[in-house]
Amino acid sequence: MRSIMLQILAVTVINLKSLPQRLWLSLATVIAVGLVVTVLLAFLSMANGFRRTIADSGAEDIAVVLRSGAVSEINSVVLRDQVRLIEDGPGIAKGSDGKPQTSGELYLTVNGIKRSTGTKASLPLRGLGPQGPGLRRGVVMIAGRMFNPGSNEIIVGRALGKEFEGFELGRTVAFNNTRWTVVGIFAADGSVFESEIWADLPVLQSLFKRTGAVQTVRARLTSPAAIETLRAYSDNDPRLKLDVMSEAAYFAQQASNTSDLIQKLGWPLAIAMAFGSLAGALNTMYSSVAARATEIATLRAIGFGGFSAFVGTLVESLILAAIGGVIGAAATYLVFDGFTASTMGASFSQVVFNFQLSPRLIGQGLLLALAVGLFGGLFPALRAARMPIVAGLYG
Amino acid sequence: MLSPTDPIDPMIDIVDLCKRFTKGKETITIFDGLNLAIPRGDFVAVMGPSGSGKTTLLNLLGGIDRSDAGEIEVAGERLDRLSESELSRWRASHIGFIFQFYNLMPMLTAAQNVELPLLLTRLGRKERRQRVETALGVVGLADRVKHYPKEMSGGQQQRVAIARAIVSDPALLLCDEPTGDLDRTTADEVLSILQVLNRDLGKTIVMVTHDPAAAQYAKRSLHLDKGHFIEKELVA
Repeated sequence: MRSIMLQILAVTVINLKSLPQRLWLSLATVIAVGLVVTVLLAFLSMANGFRRTIADSGAEDIAVVLRSGAVSEINSVVLRDQVRLIEDGPGIAKGSDGKPQTSGELYLTVNGIKRSTGTKASLPLRGLGPQGPGLRRGVVMIAGRMFNPGSNEIIVGRALGKEFEGFELGRTVAFNNTRWTVVGIFAADGSVFESEIWADLPVLQSLFKRTGAVQTVRARLTSPAAIETLRAYSDNDPRLKLDVMSEAAYFAQQASNTSDLIQKLGWPLAIAMAFGSLAGALNTMYSSVAARATEIATLRAIGFGGFSAFVGTLVESLILAAIGGVIGAAATYLVFDGFTASTMGASFSQVVFNFQLSPRLIGQGLLLALAVGLFGGLFPALRAARMPIVAGLYG
Repeated sequence: MLSPTDPIDPMIDIVDLCKRFTKGKETITIFDGLNLAIPRGDFVAVMGPSGSGKTTLLNLLGGIDRSDAGEIEVAGERLDRLSESELSRWRASHIGFIFQFYNLMPMLTAAQNVELPLLLTRLGRKERRQRVETALGVVGLADRVKHYPKEMSGGQQQRVAIARAIVSDPALLLCDEPTGDLDRTTADEVLSILQVLNRDLGKTIVMVTHDPAAAQYAKRSLHLDKGHFIEKELVA
C-alpha cells in the first residue's frame, strides 16, 4: 500500500512538474473550467441573494392575511368587515394603547425608470396605516421624515431610491395623474421593504378608487405559535375566507418561485458550458498523456504499475480543474458578490437585491469543476494506464 | 542456429520463442523458434542489422513485450505466464533498464531520478537516500546529486541512468544501445562502468549495440540476423 502511494505521489509530482511544458493548453483548460464556475455561481448567487432578500424580510411573529387562494398581495382582497373581524381575532398582540397591532394595507404597482438601463419597470406602492412601519423589523428614516396622514406624500425605500430615477428627497413624482412628493427615505435592514414606496392608506384608497377594501392585513402575534390560533379562528368563521400565514412563511413562498426559476436557468447553462470545457479538458489531458508517453513508459519499465499512471493522470486533471474552479469562484466573488440588481418579484413588481455568494454555493461550483476534471481526466488516464510500454518507449 | 548451451545456472533461458508483429494486413515474423541461454554473471553483447530483432529480444527479456509462443524464463521466472501486474513487480525487483536516450525525468534531479525504483520497495526515506548516494558514487556522480538532466552532459546523464538501473540491486541489466548517443571517449567511460558492474558486482548484462567497439567490452557477442543467432564470438 505504501509503495502504491509512493508511486502515485511520484507520478503526480512528475506530471505537475512537467506542466510548464504544456502551459498554454493547461491554461486554456483552467480558464474554460473557471468560466463554467463563474457562470454557475453568478446565477446561484443571484438566486441566493434574491431568496435571502425576500425570505429574510419575514418575521415569525407577524401574520399576513390574504384572500383565500391569493398567491400574492397583488391579487388579494380583504374587505373592511373582514379586517375588523381579524383585528378582534385571538392571538393578536395589543399595543400600549390597548388597540390590536394590525395594519390593513394596499399594494399597487406604479411605473419607474431603472437608472442602469433607462427602461420602465413596475414598482410597488404600498398604502399602510400608522402601525404599518412598526410591524416591520428595523424600519428607520435615514433622510427626511414620515409622510403626513391625509397628504400626497410618499417615503421611499433606500434600495429602490438607488436603483430607480426620480425618487430623491424633495422630488415630485406622478402616479395615476396625481403628484406625490418624496418626503423621506427609509431603510429596513436590507429587506424587501426597501424596494417599496409607502404612502398613507386612506389617501391611496381614495385616489386609486379602492375604498372599502385592502389587499392584506398584517398583525403582530402574541407569539409565533399564535399563528395556529388565528388560522383556526379564520378557518372556522364562514365570513373569513382568508389565508393566514406567518410573514416568514409568506416570503419564503414568494422567494422560492423566482429563486427556483433563476436556478433552473443557471444549472442547465452551466452544465452546457461544462460539456464544452469537458472537451477542452479531454484534449488537454490526452495531449498530456501523449507528451508524457516516454516518461510513463519508462516508469512502467522500471516497475511502476498502470494504476499509478492512471491515478497520476487523473489527479493532474483534477488539480487543473480545481484551480479553474477556485479562479472561477474568486472571479464571481470579486465581480458579482454584493452586486445590486433588481428583478420582478412574485407580485409583478421590482425587488432590489444583492448577489450573495455563500460557502455552500462555492462548494457547488467547485464540485462542478471537479466533475469536469474527473470526466476530462478519466479516459486519458485509462489510456495512460493501458499504453503498451514498447509503444511509449519507441513511439 | 546458435543455441548457447545448457549453463548450470541460467539467468535467461529461451526455448522456441516466436514473436510476430501485425502491420495492417501484413504479419512480420521476428522470431520463429528462437533458443537462447545466458548464465548468471555473463555480459553479452547482442549485435545485428536493423530489424533483426535485437530490441524486441531485449523487450521480451525485460517483460515489457509479450511473445506469441515459446518459453521465456528470466531470473527463475516464466515471463510468458505472468500477468501485467506480476510483470511490473517482477521488473521492479529483477531488472535494470538502460536506454539509448537515457530516459531520465527532466523535471527531477539526478538523485530523484535514481530514487524512482526505490519507491517500489519497502525502504524508508533515509535508506533510500543512502542507496541513491551509493549508486551515484558507483558511477562517479556523487557531486551531481541535485543537478537536473539538462545541467549534465550526455555521458553524465547516461551514468545517472545506470545508477537508476542498479540502485535497487537487480540481477539483470538490459541495455539498449547505451552508447548510441555518446562520443567515443564518453562511450568508453560508460562501457567501463558496465564492465565494472559485471566483473565486480556480478551483474548479468545483456547489451544491444550496433557498435563493434562497444561489443568489445562484453564477455561475448551474439549476432542476430532475421530472427536467428548466426555467430558467436568470445571476446574476453
